[in-house]
Amino acid sequence: MSDVNQLTRKDFVSDQAVRWCPGCGDYAILSQMQRVLPELGIPREKMVFISGIGCSSRFPYYMNTFGIHSIHGRAPTLATGLKLANPDLTVAVITGDGDGLSIGGNHLLHAMRRNIDIKIFLFNNRIYGLTKGQYSPTSLPGTKTKSSPLGSIETAFNPISVALSAEATFVARTVDVEVKHMGEVLRRAFEHKGVSFVEIFQNCIIFNDGTWDPVTNKDVKDDNRVMLEHGKPLIFGKHRDKGIRMSRCLQPEVVSLSDVNPDELLVHDEYSENMNLAFMLSRMAYPELPVPIGIFRQVEHPTYESTVLDQVHAAQQARGVGKLKDLYSAEDTWTVAAQGVNGHDDHRFTME
Amino acid sequence: MTERVKPVNVEEVESVVIRFAGDSGDGMQLTGTQFTNTAAIIGNDISTLPEYPAEIRAPVGTLAGVSGFQVHIASQEIFTSGDDPHVLIAMNPAALKASLGELKPGGAIIVDEDEFTAPNLRKADYTSNPLEDGSLAGYQVHKVRLTTLNRHAVEGIPGLSSKETDRSRNFFALGLTFWIYDRPLESTLEWIDDKFKKNPAVKEANRRALQAGYHYGDTSESFSTRYKVKPAALPAGDYRKVTGNEAVALGLVTAAALADKPLVYCTYPITPASDILHFLAPLRNFDVRTYQAEDEIAAMGATIGAAFGGAFAATGTSGPGLALKSEAINLAVVLELPMVIVDVQRGGPSTGLPTKPEQADLLQALFGRNGESPIPVLAMQSPADGYEAAIEAFRIAVRAMTPVMLLSDGYLANSAEPWAMPNPDRLPPIDVRHPMLADFQDGQPFLPYARDPQTMGRPWALPGAYGLEHRIGGLAKQPGTGNVSYSPDDNDRMIRDRAAKIAKLAEYIPLLEIFGKPTGDLLVLGWGSSYGAIHQAVDKAQQSGRSVSAVHLRHLNPFPRNLGEIMDQFDRILVPEMNLGQLAMLLKARYLKPVISMTKVRGRPFKISEISAKIDELLG
Repeated sequence: MSDVNQLTRKDFVSDQAVRWCPGCGDYAILSQMQRVLPELGIPREKMVFISGIGCSSRFPYYMNTFGIHSIHGRAPTLATGLKLANPDLTVAVITGDGDGLSIGGNHLLHAMRRNIDIKIFLFNNRIYGLTKGQYSPTSLPGTKTKSSPLGSIETAFNPISVALSAEATFVARTVDVEVKHMGEVLRRAFEHKGVSFVEIFQNCIIFNDGTWDPVTNKDVKDDNRVMLEHGKPLIFGKHRDKGIRMSRCLQPEVVSLSDVNPDELLVHDEYSENMNLAFMLSRMAYPELPVPIGIFRQVEHPTYESTVLDQVHAAQQARGVGKLKDLYSAEDTWTVAAQGVNGHDDHRFTME
Repeated sequence: MTERVKPVNVEEVESVVIRFAGDSGDGMQLTGTQFTNTAAIIGNDISTLPEYPAEIRAPVGTLAGVSGFQVHIASQEIFTSGDDPHVLIAMNPAALKASLGELKPGGAIIVDEDEFTAPNLRKADYTSNPLEDGSLAGYQVHKVRLTTLNRHAVEGIPGLSSKETDRSRNFFALGLTFWIYDRPLESTLEWIDDKFKKNPAVKEANRRALQAGYHYGDTSESFSTRYKVKPAALPAGDYRKVTGNEAVALGLVTAAALADKPLVYCTYPITPASDILHFLAPLRNFDVRTYQAEDEIAAMGATIGAAFGGAFAATGTSGPGLALKSEAINLAVVLELPMVIVDVQRGGPSTGLPTKPEQADLLQALFGRNGESPIPVLAMQSPADGYEAAIEAFRIAVRAMTPVMLLSDGYLANSAEPWAMPNPDRLPPIDVRHPMLADFQDGQPFLPYARDPQTMGRPWALPGAYGLEHRIGGLAKQPGTGNVSYSPDDNDRMIRDRAAKIAKLAEYIPLLEIFGKPTGDLLVLGWGSSYGAIHQAVDKAQQSGRSVSAVHLRHLNPFPRNLGEIMDQFDRILVPEMNLGQLAMLLKARYLKPVISMTKVRGRPFKISEISAKIDELLG
């Protein structure tokens, strides 16, 4: 086993040349991942990165851990099987908005519903990059692309709402250019016991450059986003002079701090079992409301694979470790003696 | 058991084929199973063919709702569930109509006369009552007022509803059948006691119905002959009854145990494969980890993930599910990880005949993936054979580091036969090696795609092995390192190496054995579930002096290395298949042999008589 205290960023850099476009947001995510992992106290050989298909899915090749670059949309299925075989591993899934929410949407939902202890990082750039610029399930209506020259006519998925609806136990959002925040969210995602879903706003410099400008551009971002902090009121704005309050119709509304009593502001609670607050926050969107960034929800539920293993141990405690001979003869058996003479042997073994 | 009140002839017969038929709510599967269990326990050889509709409860009394269970019991070794039944037990007009066509001329029919009412006859599309219009003149018809007699038998049981009263009539029919074939009631009585211990009224009703049916045989003038089928001279050993699905499940559990590995079985419910999951799911104390995925693709993906993690990973499906899995199987092919895919073939294409067998997935199994994607393909030939086939599939998977396909079908899956249980302690272990960093000293690097010179398999290095971190994926690769490479030379090498690795298994798999003489006029060459029918037809032809032999393929890829030589020794080669000639096409392409293809896609297995007729036709 490696000495976990000695690990550094370099230990997680593989010998493969990184081949993303210059200026791609993926570089920053890769770099933060390689910075955070040595701090987790997990031996490198116990880490596995699994991806599907798309630009983001080249990620495992660049990580000096175990990894699988699998097929389009299916990474959560491989991650699930791997955790069933060996729950001791730390398994991360790297996916994108097309891979995770279009072709692999079903698997993403069910991995979250089951609360498999895997860490899902969805790089959302609202475009198909590797296939050269078609609209994706998170592209906003009206987005003009090669496959939607008149503008996309589809309603966009909100990945955070999807994750919450699928009962994910850790749901967060961060931004590729906010490296410090991203590092903290990555760390929290790995520390969570259960499924973690992290949407990372990621800029595709070639096919959808600037899609996140309202929340990343220095001049406007503070007015267009609100950073979620547990136990703190929702305050935002360049001058931190605005807040979020619930209206009498239970709608979030922006209020000026000079007009309201601070007690009226909405206070964030990451740990609430009831996900109403988290879901309401997930629906807040630019331009009507500031975009929430941070951890929407973190609750502890039993994980799928630990429950399976618990069943194995409980069954072995109750019935003993299974013996093949008993299994074979669990039905009525009979014996045919050497000369073909029949001996009746109506043993009945019952399986509990 | 009781005093005889009438003269009874006892006739000894070598074998008998009985079909129980009724509405899908009439409990015919249960009735047939109980009859089979008793026959097996008293030592007959047995083979069964359950047939039920794809609908769980089609409208009562209609032809669509008929559920049948055919059982063949014999005092010698048998290989099929019998061609045509000698006896039909029909619980209603629809059951009579659906099964009559296959009954042997002169065969016996036992019907519940009470059910032959005008509305029921209409539901079965009868324009006149077959019990009265003379249309059954060629058979021995026993009209029994089964419903009425049964109602009398269970009358007065406290707490028994009228619905429960009539639901017990299948036991009356079973009791009567036990009388005719001189079988003891004890095993079924014990089973009833156990099964219905929480419902004393139903337990009592079923007990009484069974005994009343038996006594009816004793007293009714309608039945004057009993038949005896002596125990069969099966090879010595301890036996139980297994279906094909049970045998496969037992084989998978055994293989994992032989390697000291957990079995991770990832699947999605699909007829007729689901019973493998049902059998494995309760076996947590064997460290069997079953996983019901969200779809077929997810089941395959999870199987690959589990294999990467070092478990013995397997999945089970049927044709439509296999189609969905094909992309992920291809990933498994290039990742070169060991796993077993069980395809319980059913009638296709598309949704096809979900509950009926076919062998038309052969080409899908071999070639149904993009690119050059060879995998070993095995086929089981009888229900009990599923056990050894599943173990062998895992041995091959681990040896060559490859997914392996095991073909079953809807007939094998649900049919049952006696299984001589091996002693698991005497089975050779499955040797699995996972490399450690210590294996790569002296500056020798760990190469994830370094090939074993013997097997051409690559190392199965597991996550968790310090210093052996590596990435694998679906993109083209450099030999050795497995790093992504688009080089023409690398691509060419990897594709040819994977193909050679599978072809090389021909050195490992056993040679084909010929049933009969090694040369002759005709070779009958089959695969999968047609084994029983072919074997018995060829056996019969040999006994009548014909120059005919048979071989049966367990391995469809690679073929056994003596297959070509064997075929060379026969004037003609007959290939019966439940498809439109898929193996025949492969043999023609591979061996340039003018084989004669015999095909059947009727959702029913081959009959012995069909093969026999073809042999007669060819040999004149």
